[in-house]
Amino acid sequence: MDKLKTLARRKETLAVIALTMLLLFNVFFTPGFFSLELKEGHFYGSLIDVLKRGAPLMFMAIGMTFVIATGSTDISVGSVASIAGAVAAQMIGGDFSTAAGSAAASLTPLPIAIAAALAVATLCGVWNGFLVSRLGIQALIATLLQVAGRGIAQLITRGNVITMYYKPFFEFGTGYFLGFPICIYVVLAVALAAYLFSKKTSYGLFLESSGSNRSSSRYAGIKVQRMIWVAFAVSGLMAGIAGVLIASEVKAADANNAGLNYELDAILAVVLGGNSMKGGRFSLPGSLIGALLVQALTTTIYMKGVPAQTILVFKAVVVIVVGIIQTTDYGKLLAKFIKKRPAGVFEVEK
Amino acid sequence: MNPLEKPRMPGFVYRNITFVVAVLLFISFFGLGSVLFKNFFSLQVFCNLLIDNSYLLIAAIGSTMVVIIGGIDLSVGAVIAFCNMSMSYMLTIMKMPLIPAIVIVLLIGTLFGMLHGWLVTFKGFQPFIATLAGQFIARGACYIITVDTIFVDNPFIVKAAIFKIRFLGSFISVGAALAVLMIILFQIIAENTQFGRNIYAVGGNEQSANLMGLPVKRTKFLTYTTSGFLSAVASLVFMLYVLSATGTHGDGLHLDAVASAVIGGALTSGGVGLITGTLFGVLTQGTIRTMITFQGTLSSWWAKIATALLLLMFILIQRAIVTGRERSHVSRKVEAVDPKAVDPKLISEGNYAQ
Repeated sequence: MDKLKTLARRKETLAVIALTMLLLFNVFFTPGFFSLELKEGHFYGSLIDVLKRGAPLMFMAIGMTFVIATGSTDISVGSVASIAGAVAAQMIGGDFSTAAGSAAASLTPLPIAIAAALAVATLCGVWNGFLVSRLGIQALIATLLQVAGRGIAQLITRGNVITMYYKPFFEFGTGYFLGFPICIYVVLAVALAAYLFSKKTSYGLFLESSGSNRSSSRYAGIKVQRMIWVAFAVSGLMAGIAGVLIASEVKAADANNAGLNYELDAILAVVLGGNSMKGGRFSLPGSLIGALLVQALTTTIYMKGVPAQTILVFKAVVVIVVGIIQTTDYGKLLAKFIKKRPAGVFEVEK
Repeated sequence: MNPLEKPRMPGFVYRNITFVVAVLLFISFFGLGSVLFKNFFSLQVFCNLLIDNSYLLIAAIGSTMVVIIGGIDLSVGAVIAFCNMSMSYMLTIMKMPLIPAIVIVLLIGTLFGMLHGWLVTFKGFQPFIATLAGQFIARGACYIITVDTIFVDNPFIVKAAIFKIRFLGSFISVGAALAVLMIILFQIIAENTQFGRNIYAVGGNEQSANLMGLPVKRTKFLTYTTSGFLSAVASLVFMLYVLSATGTHGDGLHLDAVASAVIGGALTSGGVGLITGTLFGVLTQGTIRTMITFQGTLSSWWAKIATALLLLMFILIQRAIVTGRERSHVSRKVEAVDPKAVDPKLISEGNYAQ
């Protein structure tokens, strides 16, 4: 019984229950959702699809978890992803004429191109962190500036959609290893690294502490500003990985559409994972499950034949419902239900 | 000389330094354009600024009020798109009469505002999560109505769209005139009504406003509702401007609206800002866009980057002013001990609680 209670109190529980319920719904109402085929040594099916399509979102959710843990929010992830994709595409490029054969040559060696893309994305994160932590500009206003990020991405691609023809680059987004998409292994590796970073180094502890109570953390000698800065840098890096992944999947960089509308998805994933928007204690596994839940929801809606654009409405409604569930004080609600509130001398609002 | 007796700026300038900066910025940008390009300096170019930004002006009024109260509204563009889409659908496809259609559209916008207000005020949502959700709902709802483009062919609307109000050899559109009227109206509401003063009080310091007995929650709720209503009004003007509706209309407009408010002198921390300042914020952005058009070779996304840079610059200036004031306040406290030093006019102005 005690074990059950601790389980119920864990942050991830709600997300796991929701995911299970969604999958159960699909067992009964979406035929073919669970069919898994083995073709040419690869697994195919909706479940694999959820993992594969959810990979960019999972990266962003990892970064967003750190930022939200400090009590801020990074709404620039979509733009940063498009910038990273644009940088990678610009550096790899490739020539169509030789692509007719096999692997066309890359303009710059692949590792350098990817490293450059990730470095630029991290720089964007550092810039956000600088605005938020050093200048004390609210996180939102600072990240809203990143809406101009798409302008920068277009500056890099000169307003065109850049198509790539260099095959090894596509492995990241479309390749398979031991039957599963390669990107899933990368997600697992990055998630494990992030988990160890947050649990086995003092950084995670300091982060939770500075998110829970900023001033007492400062009195305890924690450099709160630096924690926020690092969190934004990590978020930028993760958005960069997601951007490179998206570019490798669609084999092109589209400054206008890459990573569009991912901001809300990432926030949704983190919040669904049981993390409080107010900051403080956080759970990375929860965010990953949340990301899977968001993707499973998307895939389910697609498979039910609902028009693609209406998904926006679904997600927004889910955000509102989850937010209301999180912020409702059930004890107070129950007390109100059981007995009338004692009348105060005078009541001040709030 | 006693360091406490610093030469002071005139009262209006001191209280609205950011507004004064915005006006000066607009004048210098317009001047720069006039120097650089032929035919730039004319009344018609100025009127075109009003015409091309008429919907942004109206939407930015709502954003300004929300920024003053210490929040943010990211839903502006999407709500405009949805209201415009519903209006066009009702007029063109359903052939509804004009007046009921307008009433329904205004109701839709107000309902969106009420949703945001309810979530922020009574459910403890962060303002931008609530309005981001509203943005997605409105955007998705557009596509639920139709994924195609609707062209408006209502004869009255078409006539109103091409109608020109002439004066001094130039002209403005009906939408621009409405936008200017709205600016004047909301400037009066913000400065001279209880609701308006409450917005400043709540934005300045929510706790003190609460302790003074001001209706904090009601004010917040009403501010978001007003912003939604103004988005609906903006959508009507937007329809006059484009005479069509698609789901992608007004994309990123919320950035322009918030940027107008901030460039026009609203502090992002709340409590400070003028509706007329927003007028100059919009005009400054419009001037940048016009200059890019006159220049001819630069792409339109330079306007986006320029706006963002300007926004950043203004936030930094505000930051500097606020920190500077906080420092000088420490030294001014010495003066405030003398009751005669307190301006009696300020006391009557500060008396919000009736």
